[in-house]
Amino acid sequence: MSLVAGLLGRVLWFSGLRSGDHAPGSQAMEQDKALEVYDIIRTIRDPEKPNTLEELEVVTESCVEVHEIGEDEYLVIIRFTPTVPHCSLATLIGLCLRIKLQRCLPFKHKLEIYISEGAHSTEEDINKQINDKERVAAAMENPNLREIVEQCVTEPD
Amino acid sequence: MLRHAPKGVTRPPGGLGVEWGGPVSRAPSVGPRRAPQAGWRELGLAGGGGAVEGGCSRPTVGMKDSLSLLARIPAHPDSRCWFLAWDPSGTLLASCGGDRSVRIWGKEGDGWVCKSVLGEGHQRTIRKVSWSPCGSYLASASFDATTCIWKKSQDEFECVTTLEGHENEVKSVSWAPSGSLLATGSRDKSVWVWEVDEEDEYECVSVLNAHTQDVKHVVWHPNQELLASASYDDTVKLYREEEDDWVCCATLEGHESTVWSLAFDQSGERLASCSDDKTVRIWHQYKPGNEQGVVCSGADPSWKCICTLSGFHTRTIYDVAWCRLTGALATACGDDAIRIFEEEPLSNPQQPTFALTAHMPRAHSQDVNCVAWNPKEPGLLASCSDDGEMAFWKYQRPEVC
Repeated sequence: MSLVAGLLGRVLWFSGLRSGDHAPGSQAMEQDKALEVYDIIRTIRDPEKPNTLEELEVVTESCVEVHEIGEDEYLVIIRFTPTVPHCSLATLIGLCLRIKLQRCLPFKHKLEIYISEGAHSTEEDINKQINDKERVAAAMENPNLREIVEQCVTEPD
Repeated sequence: MLRHAPKGVTRPPGGLGVEWGGPVSRAPSVGPRRAPQAGWRELGLAGGGGAVEGGCSRPTVGMKDSLSLLARIPAHPDSRCWFLAWDPSGTLLASCGGDRSVRIWGKEGDGWVCKSVLGEGHQRTIRKVSWSPCGSYLASASFDATTCIWKKSQDEFECVTTLEGHENEVKSVSWAPSGSLLATGSRDKSVWVWEVDEEDEYECVSVLNAHTQDVKHVVWHPNQELLASASYDDTVKLYREEEDDWVCCATLEGHESTVWSLAFDQSGERLASCSDDKTVRIWHQYKPGNEQGVVCSGADPSWKCICTLSGFHTRTIYDVAWCRLTGALATACGDDAIRIFEEEPLSNPQQPTFALTAHMPRAHSQDVNCVAWNPKEPGLLASCSDDGEMAFWKYQRPEVC
């Protein structure tokens, strides 16, 4: 479904029907960047299950939004959907998303990660935490948490 | 470099940490945190377009020359530089970061050189440092839950004590102007007040549990024995001593997200706070019996927000610094920029207007974490960033026609 939406978007853009306040070139660039981001996050493994975030539909192509905010700089927004509404591992998934992108995304970016609206009972609390870089930095210095994150984000050989 | 291993360091806290894998603790919800709507572009990314409540903001002439780069140094390579602090004489600068070290920098000719590396004190990130008012001691606050006290003799530093007790990361440490008190703040939500005597003995005299979430920053009033703390719970709290114990005497509410840092002005009548809500707030102290008729409860002064700077910053503001010499206010922002504001001379002191007098968009290649005014040289500003670099700037108030 998301592939069709993406194609439709491109058709609309070419025909000039898509509105927006930026030049046509940058829209295509933003879409390319969004795909680049998705390519990195889709293989992250779920902390509990032996599946990737893509397989579990925790992330989808359309959950990535990219906006150009400066010369060669982009704002990346990800809205992920945890598998179960009161899944206590939602913050852990957020942490994995942040760490993998921090390491693997080659272009200059600012990153915001959110739980998709309505997907969790305490989403405000979770969103606040996964976007607090001090909490994230401290979490990654915790050997137990770090180990779990490494297992989720490391690509198998 | 003479360094002694600190005695009896606590092991860094283990376990998963309840916030990352267990039931999430409830933060008081002030304003929903949802993914932004399409209107994010209207935040004045093209420059300008800020709003100052309580007055208006007009463009000033010569703004593009008001802040100029003097030097850029890779202070903590391959790591984050989290914080900087000038010593009281203004000749040394301490930096600290994710590489678990504190570095001491001094001016040599036109450049800055690293005089000392304090690398054996902590087992995790060092988040903040604070000099004692006499300049002979430096305190370092770390994610390893401890605070080290370093004593300076000539150009060398020795760790003389390690303060333990916080349950997890220490996020801030601040030495009081009296020299005999120290405050620390932690993710464990508490603020600790420590007393030090002439024999360099430290004792915790109070554990303050006023905040409901992490304490991000602590800072002392410049001339009263008054302590301020900023928190992930979106508030600022003030504390004073009352009958041998410390109590919370005021709570400043208004920010809509985490308050990251605080700065008192030179007189101590005003306090600036900066937040994840992308605003800076200026608070004013009103003592009982004040002529403005602001109501106070009992003997405690009341603090009111007299100015909010909004629309200038496009991302979280991590630090604010108020120059004691010139009154200029500098901010460190997650949009990689440094901004400077000054109070308009003719504005009403009870409802002041602050004008943006400098804006350096790519001050660093990543988030700016700290800005620090030199205490002796007017206009000399130091900054540091997630990219591990430290920069020195010269600020000159722009001409106004």
